[in-house]
Amino acid sequence: MLETIDLSLVNWSRAQFALTAMYHWIFVPLTLGLSFIIAFMETLYVKTGDPEWKKITKFWMILFGVNFAIGVATGIILEFEFGTNWSNYSWFVGDIFGAPLAIEGILAFFMESTFIAIMFFGWNKVSKKVHLTATWLTAIGANLSALWILVANAWMQYPVGMEFNPLTARNEMVNFWSVLFSPVAVDKFLHTTSSGFVLAAIFVIGISAWFMLKKREIAFARKSMMVAAIFGLLSSVYVAFTGDTSARHIATTQPMKFAAFEGLYNGSEGAGLIALGVMSTTDTDPSNENLMDFNMKIEIPNILSYMAYMDWNAFVPGVNDLVRGNAKYGIMSAAEKTERGKHAILKLKEFKEAKASGDVTKAEMLKAEFTSPDFRENYFRYFGYGYIADPNLLVPSVPLSFYSFHIMVGFGFYFIVFFILVLVYLVKGTLERRRGFLRLAIWTIPMVYIASQAGWIVAEVGRQPWVIQDLMPTVAAVTKISTSAVQVTFWMFAVIFTTLLIAEIKIMLRQIKTGPKTDGGHRNV
Amino acid sequence: MEDTEMFENLPYYILQQYWWIIVSLLGALLVFLTFVQGGQTLIYAIGKNESERGILVNTLGRKWEFTFTTLVTFGGAFFASFPLFYATSFGGAYWVWMIILFFFVIQAVSYEFRKKPANFLGARTYETFLFLNGAFGTILLGTAVGTFFNGAMFSINDMNQVNWETPYRGLEAVLTIHNVALGLSVFFLSRILGALYFLNSVESEMVEKRSRQQVIYNTIPFLVCFLFFLVRLLLMEGYGYEAETGVVFMEKFKYFHNLIRMPVVAVMLLAGVVAVLWGIGVAVWKRSGKGIWFSGAGTVLTVLSLFLLAGFNQTAFYPSVFDMQSSLTIENASSSKFTLVAMSYVSLFVPFVIAYIWWFWKAMNNKKVTAEEISEDSHAY
Repeated sequence: MLETIDLSLVNWSRAQFALTAMYHWIFVPLTLGLSFIIAFMETLYVKTGDPEWKKITKFWMILFGVNFAIGVATGIILEFEFGTNWSNYSWFVGDIFGAPLAIEGILAFFMESTFIAIMFFGWNKVSKKVHLTATWLTAIGANLSALWILVANAWMQYPVGMEFNPLTARNEMVNFWSVLFSPVAVDKFLHTTSSGFVLAAIFVIGISAWFMLKKREIAFARKSMMVAAIFGLLSSVYVAFTGDTSARHIATTQPMKFAAFEGLYNGSEGAGLIALGVMSTTDTDPSNENLMDFNMKIEIPNILSYMAYMDWNAFVPGVNDLVRGNAKYGIMSAAEKTERGKHAILKLKEFKEAKASGDVTKAEMLKAEFTSPDFRENYFRYFGYGYIADPNLLVPSVPLSFYSFHIMVGFGFYFIVFFILVLVYLVKGTLERRRGFLRLAIWTIPMVYIASQAGWIVAEVGRQPWVIQDLMPTVAAVTKISTSAVQVTFWMFAVIFTTLLIAEIKIMLRQIKTGPKTDGGHRNV
Repeated sequence: MEDTEMFENLPYYILQQYWWIIVSLLGALLVFLTFVQGGQTLIYAIGKNESERGILVNTLGRKWEFTFTTLVTFGGAFFASFPLFYATSFGGAYWVWMIILFFFVIQAVSYEFRKKPANFLGARTYETFLFLNGAFGTILLGTAVGTFFNGAMFSINDMNQVNWETPYRGLEAVLTIHNVALGLSVFFLSRILGALYFLNSVESEMVEKRSRQQVIYNTIPFLVCFLFFLVRLLLMEGYGYEAETGVVFMEKFKYFHNLIRMPVVAVMLLAGVVAVLWGIGVAVWKRSGKGIWFSGAGTVLTVLSLFLLAGFNQTAFYPSVFDMQSSLTIENASSSKFTLVAMSYVSLFVPFVIAYIWWFWKAMNNKKVTAEEISEDSHAY
């Protein structure tokens, strides 16, 4: 049933999902963070009654609105793409994945879209306190929306709380709470949303820095920066903390991803952490083009072992250990996993055949075998490997994972220092004079967007070829459709999203140049 | 712990029916909320100058997100409760869904970007986006729902994997006149509802006059399309299935039989159609602004009853004309009992969600939209 799947179809379908997800993620983190920053600002307005805070709130709210609209536009595609381009996946896990998506719609999206309208249009229609409540509920709704989709994503990285039902040929949920509170889901939610807070804080600081450089709206800029820098500093420390626990989970749940983003080819005890590395663009391992040799690397001994297992001397498996297996450390080879996966697929087929031919006894026997704990643990667990023709396909792009990870982490630490400096200079009152630093603050905006995208590249490229870790590779998940159809929709969305992005940036830049108005904004009619 | 197990004790088939009702209700609310789409196609027909068009866009602009969110939730709930439909239809009828999505993408930015300085494409482009969304969004959604009765070309293997059996990938649905009749019915209905919404929400004599005219103009083609759809539906063969075996078979006058066997649905359908017409009547003859409430409620009842005709009383809600036994029913396409139970608890929040939306609507619509108000609004579209 899979022999006919063309790899170019898988790649174009992946490209389309990556395109829409990455465009969506340009806008979402700003929404997540800016909604809270606005809520803090409006709270200060309601508490102090100072109209300056209202002016500040309204200015950032205009930028929030422009950004939010395009976030909505790019988001709807993602939801439906699970069905349009990954239809086998939709069935295989729909029983689990659909629930968070439905909950997201019922609980979070309505909250967000209802209260955002009060936030924008309700200034003169509802009381100050009701308006403030609506602003807070918008922020909470936006972040709740992120919760459910991240739970679903975490489940794909670390499938828990389900059992495979051979009768329906799908995974069925048996424990909702272990899906919701899986440690991977909790970490993913906290890490991802707090990274959005950091992005929004830098956005606010960078734009405020531009006003300072232009010697305009100094009081406005200082106040905005103070709120953003405190929020940003706390968030950036939290991002580092949750990033650390995320990496530790990945070391055990997705060791191949871990080895790829750490650039660890051959595992060892007391493994060193490559703090900085440059890979060759030409010299590759002859067996796999995803394995590039390092031209230069700075390695700190033992740190990786400690990071992964809290033990300075622990063995950390490398890419080669995971592909070839390592008997000494009890790591099964990819070939063995593939055999076991094939066995599970074959058993499922036999069961289906017995069922179709009306052989009830045989079908019952096979079903009992299929659902036995032993079979689950030793065979079904490797179900997805049965679709993997070449073990080298199990290795994600190491250069892309490695660089993305190191860019994300490197920038992450820089942001902590950056927020501290902003706060120190603000308190000392010297920020306006530090023109070089103000320019750097503006340039930090693109940096945080790059770091944010890099994070998702680590998460999604690093887990290739899996749609669901160990259970379903992309090749088994994709909708059977002509590659040209996917190419057409890819370009259709590439063109429209790029056009809308240009429009968004132009509108934002104009709004920023116009600056805050005591009256709140411009007149339109 | 009896009281904490209100859904666990229900039989599987009841949960499947419960979720079919919820999905149907979301679909019905979605069609009602397409008054936004219908309104978008009337901006130039009713708004004869910039000021009037500004009023219309801003009046719709406060509601468009409800429609959008309902569409997203409708998709999410369908995925969660009947994942095999999601896998079959979205992956199969690829082009139809992709085109619908495209027209919703261009809507989502248009309100916010339309009047902003330096908006790159110009106000007219965003207004065109709104028009395209209003026209094609409704026609294609209606046409796609038509396949719930007329079927589609797919087969499903024993691993529940889907094959679409035509290269047109869903576009073939427009070749069935009955599907298109439903699509056009939704389109004209959305325009009627849009005009009724303007009558309810806008304070401008000229806008009111032209809205009333539009109600009349669109009622005629709506009635032609809808009556054709309804009469043909009640006369056509449908896909039934045996309760015990799940074997699908053709049944003459299937939907007419469904109507007879489910008198509640028959009453709902009748009441729905009457309420839609009543709303139109009070708007045209009594010059009332309340028509939207009658026609809106009527729309919800009518669409809900059509969905129930499609899925209840042992009817395949997504028939396959290629391989009858691949047809989807609410029994073979649903999520597991566990998932339906878990989500049923979540559905208890729905009344709460509806309550705050209702409160919000009242708070924001307590007076009609005027040109002065928009010119003073810092966030006008």
